[in-house]
Amino acid sequence: MNRNKHYLLPDISRPGKVGCQLPELDVPEAKLPPQEFLRQELALPEVSETELVRYFTSLSRRNYGVDTGFYPLGSCTMKYNPKWHEDIARFPGFQSIHPCQPAETVPGALRLMFELQELLAEITGMDATSLAPMAGAQGELASLLMARAYHRSHGEKRRRKILVPDSAHGTNPATATMCGFEVNTIPSRSDGNLDLTSLTKLMNEEVAALTLTMPTTLGLFDPRIAEISTIVHERGGLLIGDGANLNSLLGRVKFGDLGFDCVQLNLHKTFSTPHGGGGPGSGPVCVRANLSSFLPAPIVSKSGKGYQLTTPSKSVGRLGAAGGNFGVMVKAYAYIRSLGAEGLKEVGENAVLNANYVKEKLKPYYHLPYDRTCMHEVVFSGKRQKAKGVSTLDIAKRLLDYGFHPPTIYFPLVVEEAIMIEPTETESKETLDAFIKAMVEIAREAEQNPELLHNAPHRTPVRRLDEVSAARKPDLRWEWK
Amino acid sequence: MPSPYIPNTDHDRAAMLRDIGVDSVDQLFQDVPEPFRDVPFDLPPPLTELELREELRQLSRQNVSLDDYACFLGAGHYHHFIPSVVSHITGRSEFYTAYTPYQAEVSQGILQAIYEYQSLVCQLTGMEISNAGMYDGSSAAAEAALMACRLTGKKEIAVLSTVNPRYREVIGTYGSGQDIAIHELKPDFKELPDKCACFIVQQPNFFGYFEEVERYAGLAHSAGALFIVIFDPISLGLFQPPGSYGADIAVAEGQPLGNPVNFGGPGLGIFTCRQEHLRQMPGRIIGRTADVEGQPGYVLTMATREQHIRRERATSNICTNEALVALAATVYLAAMGKGGLRRVAELCYHKAHYVAEAINKLKRYSLAFKPPFFKEFIIRCPMSPEKVNRILRKEKIIGGLDVSHLVDNGMLLCVTEMNSRPEIDRLVSVLGAL
Repeated sequence: MNRNKHYLLPDISRPGKVGCQLPELDVPEAKLPPQEFLRQELALPEVSETELVRYFTSLSRRNYGVDTGFYPLGSCTMKYNPKWHEDIARFPGFQSIHPCQPAETVPGALRLMFELQELLAEITGMDATSLAPMAGAQGELASLLMARAYHRSHGEKRRRKILVPDSAHGTNPATATMCGFEVNTIPSRSDGNLDLTSLTKLMNEEVAALTLTMPTTLGLFDPRIAEISTIVHERGGLLIGDGANLNSLLGRVKFGDLGFDCVQLNLHKTFSTPHGGGGPGSGPVCVRANLSSFLPAPIVSKSGKGYQLTTPSKSVGRLGAAGGNFGVMVKAYAYIRSLGAEGLKEVGENAVLNANYVKEKLKPYYHLPYDRTCMHEVVFSGKRQKAKGVSTLDIAKRLLDYGFHPPTIYFPLVVEEAIMIEPTETESKETLDAFIKAMVEIAREAEQNPELLHNAPHRTPVRRLDEVSAARKPDLRWEWK
Repeated sequence: MPSPYIPNTDHDRAAMLRDIGVDSVDQLFQDVPEPFRDVPFDLPPPLTELELREELRQLSRQNVSLDDYACFLGAGHYHHFIPSVVSHITGRSEFYTAYTPYQAEVSQGILQAIYEYQSLVCQLTGMEISNAGMYDGSSAAAEAALMACRLTGKKEIAVLSTVNPRYREVIGTYGSGQDIAIHELKPDFKELPDKCACFIVQQPNFFGYFEEVERYAGLAHSAGALFIVIFDPISLGLFQPPGSYGADIAVAEGQPLGNPVNFGGPGLGIFTCRQEHLRQMPGRIIGRTADVEGQPGYVLTMATREQHIRRERATSNICTNEALVALAATVYLAAMGKGGLRRVAELCYHKAHYVAEAINKLKRYSLAFKPPFFKEFIIRCPMSPEKVNRILRKEKIIGGLDVSHLVDNGMLLCVTEMNSRPEIDRLVSVLGAL
């Protein structure tokens, strides 16, 4: 990667440079409002187009994406993003339409959304979908607001608790707080499955729902899912799914069959839309009929008059100024239509196969806390290396020197020194073998030359960064006049 | 036919299964109880790139696109000029195929770009700090309200009635979880109700007009409430920024900065505030630091506010944001520079006033409110705006938003630099002929 000299926009700004030309005013000038409304100074840099393009191109060369190489970031499903989906999303009839245009001027967009709602409902085994949430966490927000509204509509105001497994994503408990719930944590057992004794004890008439990621964030499918669903439902609770790990179940297993009342998806994970360096995403919610009237607005409905954006009768409300991240939906729609049922099944199968292959090959070298068949991802622990003074962070940083993006580390919190590897189906055996070889080599280095790992990475555009002083003395912007 | 995105061959699969020690892939799904495994999926048959691209091209052509029609519709999403450099930069796949920059050493590109974004947004708004962005303007406004409640320990908020109604709905949705009471105030209110955590005002307001923001800031502060401003980033090329008139938190829809309207999403929630409130800010923040050799570098920072560290005590549940849209905004602001953004704002202002005056001169039309405004204004039509819009559409014009529920036969028109003189004259002449 590029190690060019560091500079920022103000460093290349010179008075009089222009990055873009704009036309002259072609109507008479109007009177401006009084001076006190007007801005005196606007200190934005002045840069030519050439320098601008060189600057951002040099930045791009200091960034690692799926197109650069293997990106086994656990729980993030960093699969390859088909190029033609990008082209489709840029069709003028998709990209250049305004959200306030009357329905009769956007029938194609509404039809695509309607069909995507149906496709996602079929894939998850649910009855209805809202595409409104703009990311997974907003889908979780919608889910828990629905749970709240559902119980209130049944006169059950006292259900103020949400049960969350200890292995869950941080968004689960954070969302519960945003929705006014108290969080009760359910421990996992030593085999990685949910502790049903605790669940039984905690699941009472004060609990609104259990939020559950399936497969779990440990990459495991809990075989007692039917029992879990029974315990929750018998006591009047809802089973809310976090669909972050849907990839392994594609085309084989449906959330609805497992007893979930609601599941939030991440189109930017499972359905191959690119993650954009942190977003945009899209986090649709799919629900069973009991929750469909509570869905966030808008949804697309079909009637004799064609497709319309509508608000469900008891909707929890609007989550954004428009109907969700349409640009992302187009790519996910293309993905599903290009694969069909068989294609989706192959995705899930190969994702699971790749993860189990990595698991078997690395098992002799890294501690495997849950030694059983995994699903789309495998969670190792770096504790064997830690005993020699090499942390999981060191291992991750050393992987950068081998040209790989590291796995997710230190998550789930229930695994000491966690190393969470999700290869996805879009990687070849050759790539997996090269990664495995690097991991084996790093395990050897940890034994023989721990210093090398402490000081890693050595070959990246910058070396290990000082995060402590970044947080202690925040430098969050440049100032410039 | 094999999938182009699954590189494993049958031969590879067989070898891998052998190494794992199972006979078939089915065995890897043994933890899934029998009745739930291998259920049927009723999905349309797969199509190849060639077939589906064509089908979707046809589908996209059923939509009336702003590329083919003159557009006078705004109301929160805006049709502005986007220089080609923007999509060429955001189209670099090192950027768009990356995840959140958790591994800073190989993510310096997006981290530095977002540091530039935070800086440019602060320069633009006159605010002290910016985060790395939220989902859209409305959810940023809602998060601002929740942040004000955390900062003040109060559970009531006030919103001016001239704030975009959809923003008010989103604030309501976000507030509902914590039973936050919302007071909607008419512009002539005298005092802020007691116990309000914040007062939210839009500048220019939903109708395009300027609010008395300094007075409102004073009213908010004397009631012990934070002053939250929703602004239009393009307007700041010409008009006073929220940092100059007492905003404690300022948020905006960032889509107009170099992003197409995209049927409303993805957008970008710009979120800025005072430095002293940093620890209650939602969302990611990028900070500058140095590596072990002393070279400058960038990292995700202040993460102890965030859900992955703080869980149920986090400032927000937000994780994925709109990084690529923020990158587009960064490139846009850099390309425009101080002169360009001012020019865009001036073009909007003068053209909008020209259109308003021309329509006001038409016999059966009038302006609902007097100038000045920025780029939007309300006209009274001689018939229902819906009908007017249908006629305009025949002339390849997308008219304004129907606001007849607020103003008799009212239509909210928006004029930007994209509206050329011939387009404008066509609009006025079609309206005049009605």
